[in-house]
Amino acid sequence: SHRNNSSIGNLAQVRHVVLVLSGKGGVGKSTLTTELALALRHAGKKVGILDVDLCGPSIPRMLCVGRQDVHQCDAGWVPVYTDAQKSLALMSIGFLLENPDDAVVWRGPKKTALIGQFVSDVAWGELDFLLVDTPPGTSDEHLAVVENLRKHKVDGAILVTTPQAVSTGDVRREITFCKKTGLRILGIVENMSGFVCPHCSECSNIFSKGGGEELAKLSGSPFLGCIPLDPQLSTSVEEGKDFIQAFPESATFSAISHIAQAVLANIAAA
Amino acid sequence: MADVPSDAPEHCPGTSSVEAGKTSACQGCPNQRICASGAARTPDPAIEEIKQKMASVKHKILVLSGKGGVGKSTFSAQLVYGLASDTSTEVALLDVDICGPSIPKMMGLEGEQVHQSGSGWSPVYVEDNLAVMSIGFLLSSPDDAVIWRGPKKNGMIKQFLRDVDWGELDYLIVDTPPGTSDEHLSVVQYLSGAGVDGAIIITTPQELSLQDVRKEIGFCRKVKLPIIGVVENMSGFVCPKCKNTSQIFPPTTGGAEKMCSDMQLPLLGQVPLDPRIGKSCDEGRSFLSLEAESPAAAAFSSIIQKIRQYCKDGVEDGSPD
Repeated sequence: SHRNNSSIGNLAQVRHVVLVLSGKGGVGKSTLTTELALALRHAGKKVGILDVDLCGPSIPRMLCVGRQDVHQCDAGWVPVYTDAQKSLALMSIGFLLENPDDAVVWRGPKKTALIGQFVSDVAWGELDFLLVDTPPGTSDEHLAVVENLRKHKVDGAILVTTPQAVSTGDVRREITFCKKTGLRILGIVENMSGFVCPHCSECSNIFSKGGGEELAKLSGSPFLGCIPLDPQLSTSVEEGKDFIQAFPESATFSAISHIAQAVLANIAAA
Repeated sequence: MADVPSDAPEHCPGTSSVEAGKTSACQGCPNQRICASGAARTPDPAIEEIKQKMASVKHKILVLSGKGGVGKSTFSAQLVYGLASDTSTEVALLDVDICGPSIPKMMGLEGEQVHQSGSGWSPVYVEDNLAVMSIGFLLSSPDDAVIWRGPKKNGMIKQFLRDVDWGELDYLIVDTPPGTSDEHLSVVQYLSGAGVDGAIIITTPQELSLQDVRKEIGFCRKVKLPIIGVVENMSGFVCPKCKNTSQIFPPTTGGAEKMCSDMQLPLLGQVPLDPRIGKSCDEGRSFLSLEAESPAAAAFSSIIQKIRQYCKDGVEDGSPD
């Protein structure tokens, strides 16, 4: 391998880098990142997750690796592995806090500096996919990720939205961010799309319906699919359980694996 | 930490620190002499200007949450609609979510522009007694992204507080983005002279939300911002067909109730999930007046009443000043 640039040294053996973005908060970026990572691992891939949500890191809880210490090796920080086979690695600021309730009250420059370190100093080793989970917005963290990864090839971004106009409105701005920074949009996912009552099977569109697909059409981006509101999924991420393993028969599982396949196909087609 | 310039050397103690200009990190920094002289420690003159401006604003309330998408803007919108339903109460809503402003859409003001007057920027009015300001009014298209780093966002917030012609107000409600970063520090800092009545913290029932909200509470305590109370949103869903309740976002660790009792904070109320809330926000209409009979509207109204009472008691106690 050609390690001609030391700053991409730790990413030299990472085949694909995918960002998960949304202009809006609480639409399921971290949930999708987690489920996508589990689905890719299920498909035999080696996966890493870089959580750059510095003020509200959710992934450690979602993968049930709450309070791990990050160790140092010659190449840098060793990520936290979620399994004995080391097929799913994670780096998050959650591991660097003494107390999980500590607020990270940082302005932009400090966030930018840590993200720079996360990108260059984590010894990921060999990975098929590195998924980067981001906070909402189009600000310091996003610019830092894009700028620091510029030397490395980024395959593109997955945009997550909920169906309602208030959310798709913010995601339209995120699409502009992708265009301005030259990030390819791998596709749009509509999350929290309809809730099937477990008592009577009536489907309620709590956060409206169809906004994600409409946005994909409007912006000329691929539509990757819908994930329904499913209390089994929200409970799984709450308790750090592997939803993909626990509920392989559910409609939500087939929606997620469909999205994972579409992402793989879009990356392969590039 | 709040005042580290973007091009500062690593381990810069911050320009307003007592250590400014004196630590080993300051060696060789071009600003070392200014910092060491203490000149950089003088507060931003904007804080005093904002204090003057805010002299005509009786109550200032921040709406915060560590977590995104829990309903800060939805709550802020209902709060101002509720407060302004009394036509003798002058209310304003300031949206400091610079990268994801939802308030214009929720208040039915999409496409509106801000006008410049002799006394500053004029806010956009929903009613005679309900004014709104958001960066959304400064953008020319719904696709416009505000790709700004912290300092630019802070500058915008300063302008919103200092240069908007708010007039006489009973309430100024400030809706914030998720997190504990530039926007939050700036609002608190710029309003430090004027004084803030307190913050309302919004959460949803799951631990994934509460763990971020605890950080926000830590932030409030760090910057000495009083907390009026916590609102739990998306608290259970009643199926419109069979009327059974489902916990879509399950309170696996006891929800806001347990957190409030652990952290000794008042729980102002719990608002159920109701598809009509999202719908009225998308349409930019007041859920409170459209669905006044619904359990969610009753929950909002009772919370708003508690907030009114808090502000009233504060005045009677002589605090806040």
